[in-house]
Amino acid sequence: MLAIHCANLTKTYPARPPVEAVRGLNLSVNEGECFGLLGPNGAGKTTTIEILEGLLAATGGTVEVLGMQWGRDDAAIRQRIGISLQETKLAEKLSVRETLALFRSFYKRGVDPDDAIARVSLEDKAAVWVGKLSGGQRQRLAVATAIVGDPDLLFLDEPTTGLDPQARRQLWEIIRSFRAQGRTVLLTTHYMDEAERLCDRVAVVDKGQVIALGSPRELIASLGGEHMIDFSLTGAREPAESLLETLRRIPAVTSARHEAESFALSVSEPHVALPAILEGLREQRLELASLTTRHASLEDVFVALTGRHLREEASH
Amino acid sequence: MPAAQQRYRPLPQIVLSRLRTFYREPGAVFWVYGFPLLMVAALGIAFRTTPVQRVSVDVQAGAGAEAVRDAIAQRPAGRDGGLTFDVQINDADTSLRRLRTGNTDLIVTKTESGYQYRFDDSRPEGRLARMAVDDVLQRAAGRADAFATLPDAHMTEPGSRYVDFLVPGLLGMSLMGGGLWGVGFAIVDMRIRKLLKRFVATPMRRSDFLLGVMISRLVFMIPEVLVLVVFARVMFGVRVSGNVGASLVLILVGAFTFAGLGLLVAARAKTLETASGLMNLTMLPMWLLSGIFFSSDRFPQMVQPLIKALPLTPLIDGLRATMLEGAPLAGQTVNLAILGTWGLATFFLGLAFFRWN
Repeated sequence: MLAIHCANLTKTYPARPPVEAVRGLNLSVNEGECFGLLGPNGAGKTTTIEILEGLLAATGGTVEVLGMQWGRDDAAIRQRIGISLQETKLAEKLSVRETLALFRSFYKRGVDPDDAIARVSLEDKAAVWVGKLSGGQRQRLAVATAIVGDPDLLFLDEPTTGLDPQARRQLWEIIRSFRAQGRTVLLTTHYMDEAERLCDRVAVVDKGQVIALGSPRELIASLGGEHMIDFSLTGAREPAESLLETLRRIPAVTSARHEAESFALSVSEPHVALPAILEGLREQRLELASLTTRHASLEDVFVALTGRHLREEASH
Repeated sequence: MPAAQQRYRPLPQIVLSRLRTFYREPGAVFWVYGFPLLMVAALGIAFRTTPVQRVSVDVQAGAGAEAVRDAIAQRPAGRDGGLTFDVQINDADTSLRRLRTGNTDLIVTKTESGYQYRFDDSRPEGRLARMAVDDVLQRAAGRADAFATLPDAHMTEPGSRYVDFLVPGLLGMSLMGGGLWGVGFAIVDMRIRKLLKRFVATPMRRSDFLLGVMISRLVFMIPEVLVLVVFARVMFGVRVSGNVGASLVLILVGAFTFAGLGLLVAARAKTLETASGLMNLTMLPMWLLSGIFFSSDRFPQMVQPLIKALPLTPLIDGLRATMLEGAPLAGQTVNLAILGTWGLATFFLGLAFFRWN
């Protein structure tokens, strides 16, 4: 059973020239999975999720949420989904419990506000005004307002943007425990580590389209190697291209690219590749300035697909 | 969980949230409740007693100037409605300069045939000074009163003073300001915070929300009215209990009308600047024309239909009639009809134009 299905979704904002935020996006989210839309800012993630949430009208395409359609079953869908928008400033002068009581009153069935508070670990802040909460606590409260209606499907738009690492991990735990009850989560993020650790499946979105789809492991495996070797040289006079050719001929190296001052190699077996790389550099009389090995990430998948980094959105 | 479901009903929760948000904001509480009080206090004190008039008189230097000065300074007390004279002898140039700059109200020059008065005919102080000084000098020269004048009777009984006239006007103004700001500002603020968008992402019924905002405004209004009326009673002895029932009906309909106007003003505004501009634009004609501080009948006959059609005018006219004169509700049909039409029209227009995202 599919929690969300959308086909050939498009959204064009009227402007001169018109802005095509979403151009033919297809998506199927299974019930009970945590699904991530990963992409840089401006990729169309928020537009997509707001169409799925029924807050924006699509220009074209079909959308089904929990087997129902917007425009026909709005009230029924709203009873069964929970939403956290990218930026909502909840009323500063209401306490955490008062805020949740308000949101609870909108739903026919749901959990007690105090239960929702416990699920996001804000018990000791229950009587505190929203204005006095930290960024991480506010974000947990935002998630609590989304789960107080006991939803089957949870939408989270950039749930951890701007939070410190500890606050991010706390939120991940909340999302995992929600997912562990067999509920469905759709989240957007531009953090590759978030998508990797949290999501069962990820759709990599760029320029309003899905450019890769699969579990994080599958996507990384599609690079041809699960390890990355990054190195840089001291005073490299050698043209980068000829060195890349040499490196690509090493059997365990599946791809090689050069950017700025460093080289990045995708490698299937680092213990085989590493001696060969060092040997190749020695032959060309090149001296290493630095060398690190690491596991490949979704960031590398995005770079391999687009030639751009997730975080350098501003320059493109 | 039937017990839990009993506890959380949307309309009461929305009203409760609005009340909490409002009463926890000291600034908002001051502007809605404190400001009208300050107005009553300031205006009430300013017009409480007839202020003692000081009249400044310059006597032109020359023969007999001292005698004129002494005659004015030593005139019998108890005349001229309690005027105080400030008399100086100055040369012609100085006197003229003082008259031009408003430092003196009157120049007295003794001539061979009598006295000449020089003053600015457009200033009441000048005319007052001329009459009073002429009276003093004529009497000093031997003119006698034709008949005895009894002590003046001043109009200070409660019910007919300026402050009595003022209180219903300020009450109307406060209902207008409270409705527009209370509803309009709250809605625009929630729109900027994307709270409206967050609310429509839930199953909340939109009519519940708007109704909740209106109801909470009617609740804020109760202490607003009570505080003003009690304050005016305690400070100035203003009695507004002419026809309490009819007054309450007018207040309720008025509060609803201005809440509807606030809803319409805030229906599409995306920023607080836009909203406050629109609110001031809406209120300005009524501040000026609807008779808060003086009767709107003073404006030319030509614009009277326009003034009567503004929502604040029938509210204030109605409140003056019912509060001060105890007029029956039956006489307020036209006022209530104008108010109600404004209220319903703005509410439904606001609802139709409302921007949630």
